[in-house]
Order: sequence, then structure tokens, then C-alpha cells
Amino acid sequence: MKRILIVGGGTGGTILANNLARRLRHEIDSARASVTLLSASARHMYQPGLLYVAFGKMAPSELYVDQKTLLDPTIHFHVDPVESFDLDHNEVKAKSGKTYGYDYLAICTGSRPVPASVPGLMENAHHVYTEDAAVKTAEALRTFEGGRIAIVTGVPHKCPMVPLELTFMMYDYFKDRELLDKVSFTYTYPIGRIHSLENVAKWAAPEFDRMGVRYETLFNAKEVDGVQKRVHSEEGSVVEFDLLIAVPPHKGMEVIEQNKLGTSGWIPTNRATLAMEGRENVFVLGDTTNLPISKAGSTAHYEAEVLGENLARLATQGGAMRTYEGKVFCFIEAGKDRATYASFDYKNPPQPRPPTRAIHWFKLAYNRLYWNSVRGLL
Amino acid sequence: MSEATIVDARGSFCPGPLMELIAAMKAARVGEELEVLSTDRGSAEDIPEWIKKVGHTLVSSSEEGGVYHLRVRKAK
Ligand SMILES: Cc1cc2nc3c(=O)[nH]c(=O)nc-3n(C[C@H](O)[C@H](O)[C@H](O)COP(=O)(O)OP(=O)(O)OC[C@H]3O[C@@H](n4cnc5c(N)ncnc54)[C@H](O)[C@@H]3O)c2cc1C
Repeated sequence: MKRILIVGGGTGGTILANNLARRLRHEIDSARASVTLLSASARHMYQPGLLYVAFGKMAPSELYVDQKTLLDPTIHFHVDPVESFDLDHNEVKAKSGKTYGYDYLAICTGSRPVPASVPGLMENAHHVYTEDAAVKTAEALRTFEGGRIAIVTGVPHKCPMVPLELTFMMYDYFKDRELLDKVSFTYTYPIGRIHSLENVAKWAAPEFDRMGVRYETLFNAKEVDGVQKRVHSEEGSVVEFDLLIAVPPHKGMEVIEQNKLGTSGWIPTNRATLAMEGRENVFVLGDTTNLPISKAGSTAHYEAEVLGENLARLATQGGAMRTYEGKVFCFIEAGKDRATYASFDYKNPPQPRPPTRAIHWFKLAYNRLYWNSVRGLL
Repeated sequence: MSEATIVDARGSFCPGPLMELIAAMKAARVGEELEVLSTDRGSAEDIPEWIKKVGHTLVSSSEEGGVYHLRVRKAK
């Protein structure tokens, strides 16, 4: 009996579990393989929906589905967060006190925003990375009557498109409220251009010029002075604000750091095999890898497909055959009714096209199709 | 030479080598050295520019078979 244990029931873990249940159907039926999924929550959140919650376009209740309903019935699913990993003995211990053994382990516990790592950010900025924060952002936008809006971005963060999307969507929101003449935007970004993807930066800069969005690059927030309403950067510059919108810096989950699996919660991972460095039967996917690629649902999805195929082979006939090529696909909302996308891998940079309405409608459709995608039906 | 923490940003279009370095610098101790590996020519210019602006130290830089190696020390 080959036991596969998956820790983390988000995008990556759910897709991987369903993929394995399908591939190993015969082995599971004849008790030669099992798939167990441990997660921290009985509900699955569609995280990209948080951006829409902040603009009043989705209700928080629309973001959740019962995790159990997303899973193939042969998967052993337990809401029992893992507290310690004993990789030398092939077992993990969870909150209930129960120990779960495995032959193969996949870790996909995701990442979390840590606004407190920049002094003053938590108290003075709004963000969209938790349900509570997105609801508060919606209220802050709704009641804002004019002034200076600053956008600051911490490193690393999940979903690389959020800083741009927030800016485009705020612009359209205040345009609809006929407040553009009373609102100014200052967009800041950590590196020397306005987006990490060079081609996306090239496309977005003239859009910002047209919209009158001021931008300051090489800006990494050091601290926020809530009294003077100023953000000071590591690089020595200052941006003033009346409304501060942040993309907070992220870390992996605390349990990863506590178990010394990786600095800041990022687990050293082989970029091609997705094996945890130094381990043959432990694999890592999604946000919690230390790979130099976007922390995005699509990344977790492509990685889960590669791992599903490889783990199914390992559990049945032998060696892994597929490698992960660094594939990522991200939609980019370019306002309230237009969008574009970026698709790239380790070798090929993206070539974004001008935004269209059709891509925007496709993204809105995907917001609903996500559930079928994690079920493995797409 | 003491061991440097390797930041392997080869093939990284997004977030890219400089963002990877900024994140690793935050997690590093003052005095610690990090070596960024990058296949992106632009980062051989961006990284020294950022290092200088923030006040860290560029220890060395070289290129080998299309891979740039930039070694930096966290100064504050
Ligand atoms: C505002 C916003 C917008 C986004 N937009 C996009 C987008 O447009 N496109 C895109 O591709 N991505 C987007 N993302 C990113 C995407 O949601 C994440 O990158 C993706 O969910 C990562 O998948 P994951 O499986 O690594 O982690 P997650 O989906 O976060 O899942 C982690 C799971 O681990 C569980 N867990 C945590 N700790 C434990 C533990 N100790 N034991 C067991 N289980 C545990 C959690 O309960 C959770 O189920 C966005 C994210 C946000 C917040």
C-alpha cells in the first residue's frame, strides 16, 4: 500500500488530490494506494475574488465552497492542521494529536500576508489579502471623497498582478463616482520599472501616463508614519497619502519556519522535479516553494498537474517522468471592463496584448469556473 | 571566502532577480553575504543600482556561460 499525504487543501492541494484520485482509481479501489489530504479549514476560499470584494463586485459569501464537495470521494480528507513534520520518519503530527504516516508527502500550505513586518503598515494601510481586509478596503473606497491615494508594494507577495489591478480598478471606480479631479494616485514599486514583467511594465506605463497616475520606482517601504501620513522608503524617498493601499509583504506559514523547513516559510525546492531539496519522497508546490516564479493559483495548478503524474508513477510503476518548466498564466484586469493576460515559463517571457473586453469577460467566467477547475473537470 | 546564501533567480521573469534579492535581503542578517544567480542581463545593472541606492555593498560580479553571479553584503 502506497500512502500519499497532501498537507494543505488550497488550490495546489485540491488539484493534486483529485488528479491522484483519478490516476490511481484502480490502486485505491484495490487498497494498493491511498490519498489523504489534511487542511486547516473546512471551507475553500477563492482568493482572487477578494479583489472584487474590495470593489463591491462580489460578496464575501460568494468566495467560499465546502472543501469536501470539491474532492473525489475516495480522498481521505481531514480538517486537522499539521503542527510538526518528522521527515526522517515519514510522518507528520496534527493538531488533534493524531500522527499521519506516508510514503510520499506533498506540502502546499500556501503563504500569508505579513503587513506587520513594515512598521506602521498594519495600522495605516488597507489591503485585499484577507476577507476582513478586503471588506474594510471596500468601505474605505466607498467613503473616500478625495485626496492623495498611494499604492505601496511589499516583497515577496502573492499574485504579481494585484498592484496594477488595484490601481486600474480604483481609477475606474473613482471615475464612475466622478471624483477623478479630486483624487491623485501615486503608484510605487520595488524595482526599477512599474512591474516585474518587463513587457507588462512597457504596456502599463503609457496607460498610467494617460490616466495621470504618478509612479515612483525602486521604492521599498521602510515605515509608515500615520500622523504625518507619509511612507518612508528604504531608498530614502517619501510618499504622502490620505488613503494608503498596500500589497503587504508575504511569508510562508509559521509551521514551515517552526519546523525549520525553510527560511521565512519558503521551502527549498528543486525547480524541475519539485522535490524538497535533500529529500526524495517529499514534494512542494504552490506559494510555499522558494522558486523564483510568481506565487499564483495558476503556478500551483501547473505544478499540481506535473506532480500528479509523477506521484502516480512513483506509487505504481517507478520513476517520475515529467518536469515542471516554470509555467505561469495570469490574467490582468486593466480596469472595470477590460483585461489582458501574461503567460510565461522559465525560458519564455510573456508578450501581453492590448486589453480587451472579451478577456475581461473570460476572467469573470473563470471566477465561477474555478470550482470546476480544482475539481479536475476543466 | 565565507559561504554566501545562494539566491537562484535563473529563468525568473516574475518576480525577477532583483525582487528575489530584495526578499532574501529582508530575511538576511546584517553582514551576511548573498549571491544572486541570474540569466537576465538587465539584472546585472539593476541590482548594483539598487544596492547603491539602499547602501548595501556589492562584493563582486561576474558572468559565466550566460549566468550572472552578483555577490552582495547586507550593510544595515
Ligand atoms: C487578492 C488576491 C488575488 C489573487 N489573484 C490571483 C489571480 O488572478 N490569478 C492567480 O493565478 N492567482 C491569484 N492569487 C493567488 C492564489 O490565490 C494563490 O497563489 C494560490 O491560492 C496558491 O495556492 P496554494 O495551494 O499554494 O495555497 P493556498 O491556496 O493558499 O492553500 C493553502 C492551504 O493550506 C492550508 N493550510 C495552511 N496551514 C496548514 C497546516 N498547518 N496544515 C494543513 N493545512 C494547512 C490552508 O487551509 C489552505 O487550504 C490571488 C491571491 C489573492 C489573495
